[in-house]
Amino acid sequence: MSAAVVPGDAGRGGLRVRDLRVDTREGVPVIEHLDLDVPAGRVLGLVGESGSGKTTAGLAMLAHTRGGLRIAAGSVVLDGTDLARLSETELRQWRGARVSYVPQDPTTALNPALRVGHQVREVLDHHESGIAVAERWRRVQAAFEEVGLPTDEKFMRRYPHELSGGQQQRIGIAMAFVTWPALVVLDEPTTGLDVSTQSLVLKTVRQLTDRHGCAAIYISHDLAVVVEVADEIAVLYAGAVVEQGPAAELVGRPRHPYTSRLIAAVPDLDGRRELKGIAGAAPSPDTRPDGCRFAPRCELAIDDCTRELPPFQDVGQGHSARCIRAGDVRPAEVRDRMTQAADETPEPLLVVEGLDAGYGPTHVLRDLSLVIPGGSCVALLGESGSGKTTLARTLAGLHHQAAGTLRFSGEDLPFGSHARSRAVRAAISYVFQNPYSSLNPRRTVGDSIARPLRVLRGVDRTTARRRAAEMLERVYLSADYADRYPDQLSGGERQRVAVARALISEPALLVCDEITSALDVSVQANIVELIDEMRHELGLTLLFVTHDIALVRNVAQQVAVLQGGAIVEDAPTERLFTDPAHTYTREMLDRTPTLAS
Amino acid sequence: MTIGRVVVRRLAAGVLTLLVVSGVVFAAGLLLPGDAARAVLGRTATPERLEALRQQMHLDDPPLGRYWSWIGDLATGNLGDSVITQQPVTQLIGERATNSVLLMVLAALVATPLSILLGTWSALRRDRLADHATSLGTLVLASLPEFVTGVVLLFLFSTVVFRWFPAVTDATRPVLEQPAVLVLPTVTLVLAVSPYITRMMRATMLEVLDSEYVHQARLKGVPERTVLLRHALPNSIGPVAQVVALQLAWLAGGIVLVETLFAYPGIGEGIFQAVDNRDIPTLQALVMLVAAFYVVVNLLADVIGVLANPRLRAGAR
Ligand code: SF4
Repeated sequence: MSAAVVPGDAGRGGLRVRDLRVDTREGVPVIEHLDLDVPAGRVLGLVGESGSGKTTAGLAMLAHTRGGLRIAAGSVVLDGTDLARLSETELRQWRGARVSYVPQDPTTALNPALRVGHQVREVLDHHESGIAVAERWRRVQAAFEEVGLPTDEKFMRRYPHELSGGQQQRIGIAMAFVTWPALVVLDEPTTGLDVSTQSLVLKTVRQLTDRHGCAAIYISHDLAVVVEVADEIAVLYAGAVVEQGPAAELVGRPRHPYTSRLIAAVPDLDGRRELKGIAGAAPSPDTRPDGCRFAPRCELAIDDCTRELPPFQDVGQGHSARCIRAGDVRPAEVRDRMTQAADETPEPLLVVEGLDAGYGPTHVLRDLSLVIPGGSCVALLGESGSGKTTLARTLAGLHHQAAGTLRFSGEDLPFGSHARSRAVRAAISYVFQNPYSSLNPRRTVGDSIARPLRVLRGVDRTTARRRAAEMLERVYLSADYADRYPDQLSGGERQRVAVARALISEPALLVCDEITSALDVSVQANIVELIDEMRHELGLTLLFVTHDIALVRNVAQQVAVLQGGAIVEDAPTERLFTDPAHTYTREMLDRTPTLAS
Repeated sequence: MTIGRVVVRRLAAGVLTLLVVSGVVFAAGLLLPGDAARAVLGRTATPERLEALRQQMHLDDPPLGRYWSWIGDLATGNLGDSVITQQPVTQLIGERATNSVLLMVLAALVATPLSILLGTWSALRRDRLADHATSLGTLVLASLPEFVTGVVLLFLFSTVVFRWFPAVTDATRPVLEQPAVLVLPTVTLVLAVSPYITRMMRATMLEVLDSEYVHQARLKGVPERTVLLRHALPNSIGPVAQVVALQLAWLAGGIVLVETLFAYPGIGEGIFQAVDNRDIPTLQALVMLVAAFYVVVNLLADVIGVLANPRLRAGAR
């Protein structure tokens, strides 16, 4: 490609959104009063929990809506043109060309039957049909190069399923930038990616916006990620922006109670803030309260708050908040480093020696040894492919292609749950990663929880139901949840149910396999609080499997770092963070986004 | 899994299926009351004729030996002789097979594109009148046995109401000299297989149209036509191709009734006549032929299913 072509041009108008409202078919607003300005070359972070309307807002930037929603009022002005007023035919000229979208999950957003090179070239085929095919291919190659993908013919001819998740997401980003658009909307593009891939993707996004002088909106539930990439942040709650300001300013001095709570929910890599969730859930569009929508969950709420929607007020430093008590909001408390009370070494509950495990001819774990002391929480930290799930499943008896020795409470523990006694099966419980698929959709929550008790402990039906109801209250769901079905529950609620189900057989060891990775940061904090509490109250031992190093600091006393099927570092949490011995651990620490500026 | 392995595995399964079918077909001949020769010739047969037929059918040999020599013959293409006409069964099959294949190919050529179009159209008009009408129509047709549809068609178009098409085929002339006789049997078969394909096509299409990649294609500014032809159709053809092939396999059985109803000289009608004449060697050979066709079409269905899915196809490259 000729070096003279400078992708992107200066002096673009950027994005200007005014008083945008998106309604459901029944006329209930999903988002309203949305005002955003994103100058060319800048990145706006849009932060919100699930249900806040952040994806709806993102799609509205392309004048697109889904699932029976419609843009009811307002304007989306890009480079001087109001997209909200264009016809579908006119919009087609804009979408993909001047404004593009990077979806959340690249595994489903790429067409499985089309080669990736073609899939990216297709955008040019429709929008730049004036240029020669060979030139279009060169543009695709340049786009691949920019996002750090191979540019050879062989790679272009691959199908999406032949690529890793990180590569797929980079294809999505290449596709969005190949036309040098004026605005790119990125909807949680790093969810589900490892920290190393995530930090690469974030860096790439930043570079591309700078280079092409294009405006970007980066949507996420995770403030720590957004701070990494955004110049300015808007916090969305229940369909309206509650706070907006320059990234560092907003995170350093939040002026809305919700933002302050969101910050507290982000696990702190330095361990100087206590991890705190936000009680309750964001209201759905038709149950939003009058006045301030955050009032039911707000600690600062006063009577005046419920009277009318608080105005969006300037609080100085280019920073605005929708709160009548903005002046009283305090940043999350910082305290001295947490010091883990060093218990006198407890008895080991589970001892793993020389463990090999795999699937058929593939070895996943090699000669792995690990000691889990009773009553503590041991984190198993690793990226995808490290073998952490295989290890967790082997210990829980869900995987039996393994060799080596396991000892549980001093006794030999066979592989495979069918070889274990009922008592042992009851003593080791497992909580799965995805609360959306781990609960039987046809069984009521109460039945699901009661089942292990009936199967493993032979408890009669009535007692089991009573215990299930008690268990529900323990995990802070009311007992009347017992009659509901999983699809009536939010992700966080389902995961609580899964925890209740795992705890009802009164296990000694609870294996938590990435139990928060499918959840919003604020909900994650709640679940972490919950299992920590259970550990103290029930004297549980926890094996906490995760890829999130920041989370580890807030839950575990001991950390085993897993890489390529071997433990590369095993240390008390404090030592791992203050004095990491292995380069891999250090790399992970460096790449993890934090709120600390 | 590679295509090669799919083919080999399914072929092995197919051969096994044919062996089982041959066992059943052969055993059925053994179970006839009295002996097969008497069953063929009836009560009035003379002892000499009975003896002659016994010779011809090797009825005095032990059954297992007969079975092995029978399938040995089948495998080498020797289908035996008809006990009625004394001609080799292969000769009888020749023309009938051509006629049947003609009918099935015609039915498939009409039914497949028609159903794919109808299913797609129905999916695009989701929950509108056209969609509901299609759903109801296909449901009704799917629940009607093909002989009912056939009789209604005969009633409407060749006897009572209109007399547009002949009701029966003139067996003395080649079918291609009287193309009008093909119309009603073809329509009957099309009406029998289309509902399933249409419904499957609609369901798959709806799923694909709601997929993230179709949404994403629209957000890329791809015109609706291209979204449909390039993104949605290729991804919905795979599962539908298998249903199409299964329906074709069904046709192999379905033609027995339809050919009989329209007196159409094909394999199906041949089976019917063989039963009527108690012509056991012919019957057994024809049933085996239909079974073999069934196996081959199912194999094709699997291969198409693999080819349409790059995830499975990957291993083949
Ligand atoms: S307006 Fe009132 S309820 Fe709303 S966030 Fe501010 S203090 Fe809380």
